[in-house]
Amino acid sequence: MAKITLENLAHSYSANPSGESDYALKELNHDWVDGEAYALLGSSGCGKSTLLNLISGLLHPSQGRILFDDKDVTMAPTTQRNIAQVFQFPVVYDTMTVRDNLAFPLRNRGADPNYIKDRVQQIAAMIGMEATLDRKARGLTADAKQKISLGRGMVREDVNALLFDEPLTVIDPHMKWELRTQLKSLHHEFGHTMIYVTHDQTEALTFADKVVVMYDGRVVQMGTPQQLFETPEHTFVGYFIGSPGMNVLAAEVSGNMAMISGTQIPLGQQYGTPAGKVEVGVRPEFTLLRSGDEGLPVTIKRVEDVGRHKIVRTDFQGTEINIIVAEGENIAPDMNRVVFDTAGVNVYSDSWRVAPQGV
Amino acid sequence: MSLILEGVSKSVNGQPHIHATDLELRSGTMNVLLGPTSSGKTSLMRLMAGLDVPNTGKVIWDGTDVTGVRVQDRGVAMVYQQFINYPSMTVYENIASPMRLLGQSKEQIDAAVKESAMLMKLSEFLDRKPLELSGGQQQRCALARALVKGAGLVLLDEPLANLDYKLREELRAEIPKIFEAAGSIFVYATTEPEEALLLGGNTATMWEGRITQFGLTPIVYRQPVDATTARVFSDPPMNFLKVRKQGEQLTFADGQVVPATGAFAGLADNSYLAGFRPNHLKLDKQTPASFEFSAKLHVTEITGSETFVHLDHHGDNWVGLIHGVKNLTIGSTVDVYLDPKYIYIFAEDGTSIAPAPYANAA
Repeated sequence: MAKITLENLAHSYSANPSGESDYALKELNHDWVDGEAYALLGSSGCGKSTLLNLISGLLHPSQGRILFDDKDVTMAPTTQRNIAQVFQFPVVYDTMTVRDNLAFPLRNRGADPNYIKDRVQQIAAMIGMEATLDRKARGLTADAKQKISLGRGMVREDVNALLFDEPLTVIDPHMKWELRTQLKSLHHEFGHTMIYVTHDQTEALTFADKVVVMYDGRVVQMGTPQQLFETPEHTFVGYFIGSPGMNVLAAEVSGNMAMISGTQIPLGQQYGTPAGKVEVGVRPEFTLLRSGDEGLPVTIKRVEDVGRHKIVRTDFQGTEINIIVAEGENIAPDMNRVVFDTAGVNVYSDSWRVAPQGV
Repeated sequence: MSLILEGVSKSVNGQPHIHATDLELRSGTMNVLLGPTSSGKTSLMRLMAGLDVPNTGKVIWDGTDVTGVRVQDRGVAMVYQQFINYPSMTVYENIASPMRLLGQSKEQIDAAVKESAMLMKLSEFLDRKPLELSGGQQQRCALARALVKGAGLVLLDEPLANLDYKLREELRAEIPKIFEAAGSIFVYATTEPEEALLLGGNTATMWEGRITQFGLTPIVYRQPVDATTARVFSDPPMNFLKVRKQGEQLTFADGQVVPATGAFAGLADNSYLAGFRPNHLKLDKQTPASFEFSAKLHVTEITGSETFVHLDHHGDNWVGLIHGVKNLTIGSTVDVYLDPKYIYIFAEDGTSIAPAPYANAA
């Protein structure tokens, strides 16, 4: 396993980039700590696959360097980087048995046959394919083939890093749970450096120690799932993480109070008078639907019963505010106010979070 | 309008894909087919559409037997997981194409294209080619084409599966509104329980070529008729535990003996399967009636607002979805609590004996 360092790394697909907008990946400096599990999260076109391809060597950067344990690999081909990769769609040898598919990376490197036998058995148990080891891969379902790809990605213990590019896209939801849990417990056991690219927030948050959120070629926040949830550094993070995402409302902020379309609400902390376009962000998890005079006046548009909770979609003077209400909790007809839990209120200036100055 | 399947079945090379199925769908309804890959969702849709002819049974459309009628001659529109558009045509022409085939007038076509483009937020892209659009817009184009001809039956086969998470969220919120306005029969296949819940309407849960239950979505979710339906309609999966009722006592699989009170008091002496959803498992004893179980912590997953705990309870894999961020030690033994009102009782063969008491109130 290795530490991976990105130094002034940037990439443009155009031969003569003229400005920042020509860069699919804007300049980035970062150390991927040895043994940590990272997720790269963002919508399509945000630059996450570009970054992954630079690390794996499928692409070479327009500028900057990539170091594996302080050794420059910027221009080295994939084969010399000693990494394992798993892609969105299964890559298996149809004419080989499941066993031979799993053993392939080990045989290629001339590993001891007894070791190969044990290791393949261990991996097969992990992906739940012990019973099908001697079947040909041909004719297996897409699910099963992707499990083989995952298994083959993890079969070598001596790789510098494991890179996953949307590996669970073709997998059924129930199987996703199992495989993700297996990946997680494998990481716990072996401490591989793992980088996992996905657009699925649940996958990213549940898998990774640290989540790297990308937007428009830039890393907008890197943090633990809890940091991304509680203190999104950019309104994009608030929107992208969470379902529904964070409610964002235009506001005038002064000290520990915000004025939102004529209603004053407490912020819980001091913010001074932030400059620029000022907004208040509150996740639906930190909102309470109430009756009475306290809070912002809202009209309920729709209630979605998602099972473990309800999502109440309300209108506040033309802006949607989403509220989460617990399963079994009653929604009374006279509930027409939303109150914010100050523990979950953040203030933004030009889309970036303003650090509070104390209580 | 109605679509009725009467004993419809389909086998391919001697393999049953759909077992004899009865189903009745009414106009203006959203009907979700929920089940894992290969459970028969697409096969059933193909039979509904007339793309396949059933081996047995009848397909009845508005009172008329249409079993042998070709798909071209039925009022059916279909949207697939892959975005299927004509790449050389503009978005306008793509949306207009089904109406041109029907030989409708220019004015009719123009009005209908503009209306469905507006619903799908494509008005400003009508002159573009599909490949110049984002994935979400391409799928909107395919959806607009399905809507434009006013088909009585619209079949959507995992239409959002290839889209980004956030786009999916956005379209999922819009689709039910559009359907309410259209008045057709909508059938929507998905593998995701949460998607079924968000779409609302009716849900048919599918498992191994059979519909296990059909009814209002929240009812199927909270009052599953058997353990299979409960499994299909839970993500993460429902947790199970064996329990024996004898006299005034319940004995759980872990050897724990508790008094059989509440909903358990009326059960006949027998062995049962108790089921409960992950979000009802707690790390603290919230009510005096709660049962306490000791389990080994296998893995935790933290989403930022919630923690998934994966547990091994005497050989049964359980998942708990706990509110808040919990830092627990992997491999340690944790005590978890379950309020009996959240317990579903199934017979050993999986048939529902009693839904969880809370489900009747929710």
